[in-house]
Amino acid sequence: MPSQAQSAALPGAPKSPARRRSPMAAPQSFLWTRRVILTFLAAFALLPVYVMISSSLKPLQDVSGKFHWIPSGLTVQPYFDIWETVPLARYFVNSLVVAGSATVLSVIIAVFSAYAVSRYKFRGKRVFTVTVLSTQMFPGILFLLPLFLIFVNIGNSTGIALYGSRGGLILTYLTFSLPFSIWMLIGYFDSIPKDLDEAALVDGCGPLGALFRVVVPAAVPGIVAVAVYAFMTAWGEVLFASVMTNDTTRTLAVGLQGYATQNDVYWNQVMAASLVVSVPIVAGFLLLQRYLVAGLTAGAVK
Amino acid sequence: MTATVTTDSSTEKSDRVTSRGTGGARRRLPRIPDRIRQGGLPYLLLLPAVLLELLVHVIPMIIGIVMSFRELTQFYINNWGGAPWSGFDNYKIAVDVNAPIGEALLHSFFVTCVFTFFAVGLAWLFGVAAAIMLQENFRGRGFLRAIFLVPYALPVYAAVITWAFMFQRDNGLVNHVLHDQLGLTDQPSFWLIGDNSIYALIVVSVWKGWPFAFLIVMAGLQNIPRELYEASAIDGAGIWQQIRKITLPALRPVNQVLVLVLFLWTFNDFNTPYVLFGKAAPESADLISIHIYQSSFVTWNFGTGSAMSVLLLLFLLVVTAAYLLITSRGRKGADA
Repeated sequence: MPSQAQSAALPGAPKSPARRRSPMAAPQSFLWTRRVILTFLAAFALLPVYVMISSSLKPLQDVSGKFHWIPSGLTVQPYFDIWETVPLARYFVNSLVVAGSATVLSVIIAVFSAYAVSRYKFRGKRVFTVTVLSTQMFPGILFLLPLFLIFVNIGNSTGIALYGSRGGLILTYLTFSLPFSIWMLIGYFDSIPKDLDEAALVDGCGPLGALFRVVVPAAVPGIVAVAVYAFMTAWGEVLFASVMTNDTTRTLAVGLQGYATQNDVYWNQVMAASLVVSVPIVAGFLLLQRYLVAGLTAGAVK
Repeated sequence: MTATVTTDSSTEKSDRVTSRGTGGARRRLPRIPDRIRQGGLPYLLLLPAVLLELLVHVIPMIIGIVMSFRELTQFYINNWGGAPWSGFDNYKIAVDVNAPIGEALLHSFFVTCVFTFFAVGLAWLFGVAAAIMLQENFRGRGFLRAIFLVPYALPVYAAVITWAFMFQRDNGLVNHVLHDQLGLTDQPSFWLIGDNSIYALIVVSVWKGWPFAFLIVMAGLQNIPRELYEASAIDGAGIWQQIRKITLPALRPVNQVLVLVLFLWTFNDFNTPYVLFGKAAPESADLISIHIYQSSFVTWNFGTGSAMSVLLLLFLLVVTAAYLLITSRGRKGADA
């Protein structure tokens, strides 16, 4: 019956029973508006996806000529060529290392500081939260120039090559993932009853025990949401990647531009490569999206 | 905390059990005063975050401000501390609208404002419409929800490169549909150079931005107590009335944060124009972040670029402060 259909549509969603809105039947005017709006939005959302998939299966002369909705001939050759035209595998590894490290680093650091802000009173708490909140609104371009100069100067004076290295890029990615993670997790930790970890403290857990045995397990949706966000933004970041990398540390964001030569753009390969770099992240995201909504509900929207 | 009366007996029961259990434990032992118990612990927990915030935000920002007062050209990149002081010269150059640099900056600022207005407005509208239309359960809801999130999940460069392909003059989908199939234009138009570029940029930005609005509003809808809808249905309110009288007012605080965040992201967006147009954006779509990037890294004039960055920062601070002031006043008025 209705409740069953519902839990089938929303497995694992918070408070899944009785999410249905009104027992009344919706009028035709609403149903038609809904159909029109949802059809338009679905088409808008998927149009580039269709182009990406269909063009990636077209031979080069087909993508170079006039656009056709239906490919004139199907070929999977672009999927083999993409690895030869540019060192895509290397870019892939670079992106994976950079985005992965930035995510892990910012989540761990954010868990500690969000716990401190959410659970303790201390001097300087306001200064800290205001700083974190305000840095979130600053444009990346503002930090790009100084970080670039700092990295160049550190390289010149100490020989530590931050500019052009993966480590340097990971550091710069913390400019956006860290403030967002801290801010979201403070909100999420605040939504977990303090009684829970106070009870753990009373029972003899240290503060870190309370954090890791009570707060972190209860905050899994929030932590996953933050990690997904951090990874996705790092995976898609272009500005820092285009300035702070060199031939060996180049990420996918910059590497994908390599399919355009002076005379020709291998559009079928561009589309095939775009699809290859998108599939893992879209799949991961769609698997974790319920966490994201749950995390946002508690952390950001309250 | 929410103090709504819930009809769901199972959640009520589990709530009571938890609160009774911990409440009892707390009463048995006297609470240790916070100050004694915590000691330096909060600072220790904050230490890594503070160090990294200093490294990636605070120090760069200070250096950025210092740089904006120096004559920092390519000759001083390896030793920017040695660049001569120039006082407010960089700022004078940036705001002198009668000279080419200042004029271009003002134009870029104007373009960014127009772009942001339309991109944020449409993204917000689509996101809210989608979330409200998916609020009620029906067949295919979960599927549509997944589809709507795809643009958000796709990496920016992969998605925007695809749009760039679609906007190609000769082999793109957009001209194929507008010119060949619908016959709306006399000849295939340029979308990535010239005056049409701003439209292309807005379309791509809206496509990329609305799923985020959808996600946030969807999360916000979960906080609206269902009893409100039930009570209003009993009173005879139809679904349109419920949307107007319950859903939209309840979403107001969410919308306020959402619009601010969308504004900041869109205004500062670099990724979309950079992948769509490359290093030099067409004049009609010359967004401020690309403009500053170009002024700094292409013409190697870091001093002026920094001054522009600081001006941008001041502008964003003023707008955000004004927005927060207005919306918090509005909320207070609604509460009273």
